[in-house]
Amino acid sequence: MGRTLAEKVWEQHVVRRAEGEPDLLYIDLHLIHEVTSPQAFDGLRMAGRPVRRPDLTIATEDHNVPTVLGPINDPVSRVQVETLRKNCAEFGVRLHPMGDAGQGVVHIIGPQFGLTQPGMTIVCGDSHTSTHGAFGGIAFGIGTSEVEHVLATQTLPAYRPKTMAIEVSGELPPGVTAKDLILAIIARIGTGGGQGYIVEYRGEAIRKLSMEGRMTVCNMSIEAGARAGMIAPDETTFEYLKGRPHAPSGADWDAAVEYWRSLVSDEDAVFDTAVEIDATTLTPFVTWGTNPGQGAPLGTSVPRPEDTADPAAAARALEYMGLTAGTPLREVKVDTVFVGSCTNGRLEDLRAAAEVLRGRQVVTRTLIVPGSMLVKLQAEQEGLHEVFKAAGAEWREAGCSMCLGMNPDTLAPGERSASTSNRNFEGRQGKGGRTHLVSPQVAAATAVTGKLTAPADL
Amino acid sequence: MEAFVTHTGRAVPLRRSNVDTDQIIPAVWLKQVSRTGFENGLFSAWREDPGFVLNNPVHEGATILLAGPDFGTGSSREHAVWALQQYGFRVVIAARFGDIFRNNSTKMGLLPVVLPGEIVEALQAGVEADPTLEIAVDLAERQVRWGAEAAAFEIDDYTRWRLMEGLDDIGLTLRNADAIGTYENGRQPWLPTTV
Ligand code: SF4
Repeated sequence: MGRTLAEKVWEQHVVRRAEGEPDLLYIDLHLIHEVTSPQAFDGLRMAGRPVRRPDLTIATEDHNVPTVLGPINDPVSRVQVETLRKNCAEFGVRLHPMGDAGQGVVHIIGPQFGLTQPGMTIVCGDSHTSTHGAFGGIAFGIGTSEVEHVLATQTLPAYRPKTMAIEVSGELPPGVTAKDLILAIIARIGTGGGQGYIVEYRGEAIRKLSMEGRMTVCNMSIEAGARAGMIAPDETTFEYLKGRPHAPSGADWDAAVEYWRSLVSDEDAVFDTAVEIDATTLTPFVTWGTNPGQGAPLGTSVPRPEDTADPAAAARALEYMGLTAGTPLREVKVDTVFVGSCTNGRLEDLRAAAEVLRGRQVVTRTLIVPGSMLVKLQAEQEGLHEVFKAAGAEWREAGCSMCLGMNPDTLAPGERSASTSNRNFEGRQGKGGRTHLVSPQVAAATAVTGKLTAPADL
Repeated sequence: MEAFVTHTGRAVPLRRSNVDTDQIIPAVWLKQVSRTGFENGLFSAWREDPGFVLNNPVHEGATILLAGPDFGTGSSREHAVWALQQYGFRVVIAARFGDIFRNNSTKMGLLPVVLPGEIVEALQAGVEADPTLEIAVDLAERQVRWGAEAAAFEIDDYTRWRLMEGLDDIGLTLRNADAIGTYENGRQPWLPTTV
């Protein structure tokens, strides 16, 4: 019987298999940031253990960093970042600190350096590690105990999840993006729909996505409950990787590409479950509730709780969001727009937002936050920052920014945002803040009108 | 990790589905670099509401959380587990858990018990009718017992053994250091390093 992509990559990394025990899985790359690592390094220190493979480990500062130049003013945040610096120095882990040209959101820097490659196992103490599966590897988020385990052993004991195929047929219509697609998928299968699975995204619409679009899709796999999402590598993947600092070169490149081409699900491979989506029917999609599954096409209205899958949860969500059932989503007024995060903070996302904002003016507070220092540099080389500034938006330094309320970029209680990030949980962007998840295009158009808007409406 | 064999205690019914880890412990609490002091962060936004179930004095000292389906979705923050434990919980019972939360719990010795939704709801109703109801969670027998009733739950043998022995995963893995070394010698030469 044929094997799925996930099975192939998993089998390649089994260090030890014993009856009745989880597999011991080798980890090719371990990404670290300041929030979920301090207690793990403490654990190593207490047990007198070294980091087994500092050369397969890389650290960055992202969650706590302010996105305006200057020091970290919050003393607690500052201690956390300083702790990471001390730990990296002590244990010999390479770190990209604030101000370094390689600094950025942890899931943006791996791919941009070419560290994220097909067929690899990648983990990080962060659930959006699923992003890296866009290159055809198995990448998943872990907790701090597991971070310590990987630091000490470069392995993890784990049971292989089941496999789910999400087949997206047809092509996305013009103006419909990878973000709309993944929001529609989550609304369809629910926030628990992927629990226990590695999802493989397949089909024509997926093949036509750029690497950046694929990363957006895989990034939000966790919002459907899936531990990991993956996409088989192809010419788009190889093209993206070629020439990046850590990508193989010369004869190694040829050998690698030959191997990477084998990383596809066999024709006769059997998935534990399969879902089909018709891309041609999709339109811009936004969330109205407090989990990423509570979303709807922009052209519809705020739903009535009784018409949803979980009426009690929907009623609570509408109350928190300050929304009334039946209100057209296009009538929802927004105070702040955020373009950024590991979901939509890459160059392509910024280009898309700039295209909408070129020659227009924003009427909301609008934060444009590149996902890494390199993205910032590239955007500035293209003059995108001038477009944003001319439109009245704020052009910031790299970081997680308003994706989560750990740094100075937050919503005030009751404030409403259109955000290109991945979570609309209660209080995610600041206590009492109300989040609508959208694509960069919808975010930019919303900034122009002050209400949830698609570029085609302008 | 503290070993878990069996535990009997009172419970708190949390009738909400999809409780993500941002609710269990909001991000502002994640800035600490120690492993302690997270109990005050537990559900801190919801606890500001005097009507929130955790604020009801009849549930003081409860050690079992009866949660709605899809408990612990979202962020990988293990701080959610630390907060629950440091507040005093030893067991969470729900119909479904977020994968990472469930994993993190078993690493720390907080027992996640999966029971069918109807049974969780019956337990919640039981505690609402009588907050002094004692619930026994028996990992050795894989069984939850209350009043005259009992329900079996599933957990894989390996995780159960590790929890019952209170074993440190890293120590177990390091027994296989040779196998790790052998694997490392066979890795593809083009795989990237970060140096
Ligand atoms: S951008 Fe948001 S989701 Fe991504 S790593 Fe940062 S906080 Fe997490």
